Amino acid sequence: MTATQTLTDPLVIADRVFGSRLIMGTGGAANLEVLQRALVAAQTELTTVAMRRMDAAGGTGVLDLLRRLGIEPLPNTAGCHTAAEAVLTARLAREALATNWVKLEVVADDQTLLPDPIELLDAAERLVDDGFTVLPYTNDDPVLAQRLEQAGCVAVMPLGSPIGTGLGIRNPHNIELIVARAGVPVILDAGIGTASEAALAMELGCSAVLLATAVTRAADPELMAAAMRDGVRAGRNARLAGRIPQRFWAQASSPPRAGAITVQNE
Amino acid sequence: MIVVVNCFEYEMPEGASVGDVLRAIKAPETGIAVARGDEVVPRAAWDTTTVRDGDGIEVLTAVQGG
Repeated sequence: MTATQTLTDPLVIADRVFGSRLIMGTGGAANLEVLQRALVAAQTELTTVAMRRMDAAGGTGVLDLLRRLGIEPLPNTAGCHTAAEAVLTARLAREALATNWVKLEVVADDQTLLPDPIELLDAAERLVDDGFTVLPYTNDDPVLAQRLEQAGCVAVMPLGSPIGTGLGIRNPHNIELIVARAGVPVILDAGIGTASEAALAMELGCSAVLLATAVTRAADPELMAAAMRDGVRAGRNARLAGRIPQRFWAQASSPPRAGAITVQNE
Repeated sequence: MIVVVNCFEYEMPEGASVGDVLRAIKAPETGIAVARGDEVVPRAAWDTTTVRDGDGIEVLTAVQGG
């Protein structure tokens, strides 16, 4: 993003300002070199990482990469099935990464990876109370989104479809309902498969898009990252520009027919 | 005494601290967090928190995911 774009249309989450509206994940990349090229092409400023046991090699590779690229790491609680697991993971992430920010993820089962709304709201309340800046991955449920905002979350991140499916935005109207009533940024998180779907999320009024698989598992991750970057920008601009209403019948874009040449006898 | 770190057993001297354990496994100094049981051991307390025989210590770091 250029400085001009940052100033004219920044993404503001809590007390932070971002020039890019594309938040990236890191899962699924074949290796760190592929991930680096994709992150650079995406021009992302915020990227999520998981917390796991340190392996024997003792590496902190992905963290080093993000720091080198000047990208803010956003730890997540991926893999957690209960509020208790998510709270502990968030606290460990705060220690390891020295950040209060957390992408809160509490899934119900490994087949759908859908958020467990009961555990999610419980975890959100506990983490907000503990001083965390909470960005919850949630269902495309307008009521739950409101409850999460009321709990003190700084954004709500509804899914378009289940994680990693690439099924796009299955219920666009619900996303619009969430946007219409949200007082915090709405970030479309999960399900995006290609750039047109990232653009659609922004056209529906989302403030940002978070995606990983669509880029990291694309045949050419770097090129798809660039496509997503452009898709998010195009969708954002279209939203700001204000689309025309949809009509049933055609409406000529040329001047009235009265001035057009007609042929009487052919 | 035996301390279990990330599911692997390590022999540590009596009175060893969490900090001693981390140095023994050559953990990096930054980018990691430590839990003993279900409790986070804050960085500031690593050298003053002693481990006991049979303790389970988890050392976590950021990885690709999500």
